[in-house]
Amino acid sequence: MRGYPAYLIGRLGQFLLVVFIGINIAFVVTHATPIDPVEQTIAAATQFGATSPEAIAMMRQSLKELYGLEGSLWEQYATFWRRVSVGDFGPSLSAFPAPVSTLILRALPWTVGLLTVSTLLTWVIGNLLGGLAGYYLRSRTLRFAGILAMALHPIPYYIIAFVLLIVFGYLWPVLPITGGHTMNMQRGFNLAFIGNLAIHSILPITSLVLAGLGGWFMGMRALVSNVVTEDYVVYAELGGVRPQRILGSYVMRNALVPQVTGLAMSLGAIFTGAIITEQVFGYPGIGTLLVSAVHVGDYSLVLGIATVSIVAVSFAVLLIDLLYPLLDPRVKAR
Amino acid sequence: MGKVLRDLFRFNREFAAGVILLGFVVLIASLSFVSPYPPNDSFVVPPDLPPSWAHWLGTTSRGQDLFWLLTFAIRNTLLFGFTVAAISRVLSLVIGLVAGYAGGIVDRVLMSINDTFIVLPLFPILVLFYFVMRDKMSWILLALVMACLGWAYDARLIRSVAMGLRTREFTETSIFSGMKMRQILVQDHLPYVLPIVFSTTMNNINWSIGLEVTLSVLGFTDINTPTIGVLVYWANQHTAMVAGIWWWIAFPIGLVIVTFIGLFLLAVSMNEFIDPRSRLSRIG
Repeated sequence: MRGYPAYLIGRLGQFLLVVFIGINIAFVVTHATPIDPVEQTIAAATQFGATSPEAIAMMRQSLKELYGLEGSLWEQYATFWRRVSVGDFGPSLSAFPAPVSTLILRALPWTVGLLTVSTLLTWVIGNLLGGLAGYYLRSRTLRFAGILAMALHPIPYYIIAFVLLIVFGYLWPVLPITGGHTMNMQRGFNLAFIGNLAIHSILPITSLVLAGLGGWFMGMRALVSNVVTEDYVVYAELGGVRPQRILGSYVMRNALVPQVTGLAMSLGAIFTGAIITEQVFGYPGIGTLLVSAVHVGDYSLVLGIATVSIVAVSFAVLLIDLLYPLLDPRVKAR
Repeated sequence: MGKVLRDLFRFNREFAAGVILLGFVVLIASLSFVSPYPPNDSFVVPPDLPPSWAHWLGTTSRGQDLFWLLTFAIRNTLLFGFTVAAISRVLSLVIGLVAGYAGGIVDRVLMSINDTFIVLPLFPILVLFYFVMRDKMSWILLALVMACLGWAYDARLIRSVAMGLRTREFTETSIFSGMKMRQILVQDHLPYVLPIVFSTTMNNINWSIGLEVTLSVLGFTDINTPTIGVLVYWANQHTAMVAGIWWWIAFPIGLVIVTFIGLFLLAVSMNEFIDPRSRLSRIG
């Protein structure tokens, strides 16, 4: 059991490193570029009509304070970290005076829900079909599925979502194409509302699943077709173990281990795909919030979302890493 | 080399399909050099015409001939992908080879940083970058930033090959004969990893084009340089789908999907070429 604590500490260290580097990138991007968000905001605010110079000076002062742009670069850096560590990104300019953290917390459950359901579905379906395709290499249907997966895999999230939007929005309008639920609907824990939620999530989830499926399918097929040739599988076959059992406990179980690592490694990309998909379907999560924040020029909200995304994704990766030893007992034995 | 390519073309269906698809795309891109209209001129032809003999792919609401506009757009998009891939190849080669060769603490530090870049959600970071740069955002700047963020996955692959090369006898021989680390990496190890570099290049181009299209469709890039994403952006701005100008959206998206599939097929066939075991198992 000596291996597990060491593994735990290593993963925790990696988590902290990701957060550290990610937030430093956010700091560098916002502070090392020649553009001053304070002046931009002032320019936008004073665009219509004259404002007295004193008022502008006051505005500049309070904006600097708000954005944490006072003092030397080191002081700004310290302020930045202090704010990030308590989750305080100041008030949002577009939804003044609501704090940025409130807006993000309101959007986060939608993204987490969408992401969890679609990732699990994608991963399970992709690996299951891929495993079958790797085991039954001669099956016609599965070969066809392979070609389909190959054609779908390289198409990015945005295009798939967009094509689905066009198909179900214009050509065959049967599904709701925008929003998380019907507007003005009474929220509550009842069948009607949950059904409404489910219908609205069909298109976003379908596009995420379609975009992600191919990668898992092809990865699993390749892994399984290699595992099948291993000696212990041949031995099990000769020993008369039932084929379903061989596939389930002998082949798939072993091939799944790298796929879990793969899930942890591609979570950042999946997250990117989810927030893009949200934007296409107007799903009220982080992605839609991010894009609208850019359009209205809400500096603190954009920065807040970028920071929260970095922390959230690395935390999710940490969770997967912590579950990993359940699947791969070698970690404990090391 | 020429013979290998010819054999691949004849015996590997994926390679042949990839080459044909990509050749088609490159042909269209190269037609931009003979375009009768400059890319940013508008109202040079009647707007909103459906595809016809005079205007093969129709015209846009801004009075541009879609076919010729598309040639510029796909050229810029491809160029963008190649630029990102070229720059990030240098980064991933250096980091992958050094980490694999040096091993130990150097390897651990480099791979920790590497894993960080794999995990980071890039889209919010790129949006933040656009938000700060605004009008100063240019395509070359975006290419640079994306190259700095997109090298990690391939560096890991290259490292895994380099680790194997480190234990080979010829590496020992080179060390004993007094070659420096830089010489060993460039002269001994680089040729071995080049096949992988080729296949990852295709995937990297796909990745960067995909992100570029996404960013520009949302208007988060320089929207005055025509790329595929920018084309769709302007179509959305003019509510082309609602107005029934379907060709303005359908053809750019169709063409970029052809590009994606072509590049991907090339990457797959390269992988198969590098690792013939997968070929055998398919016959299996």
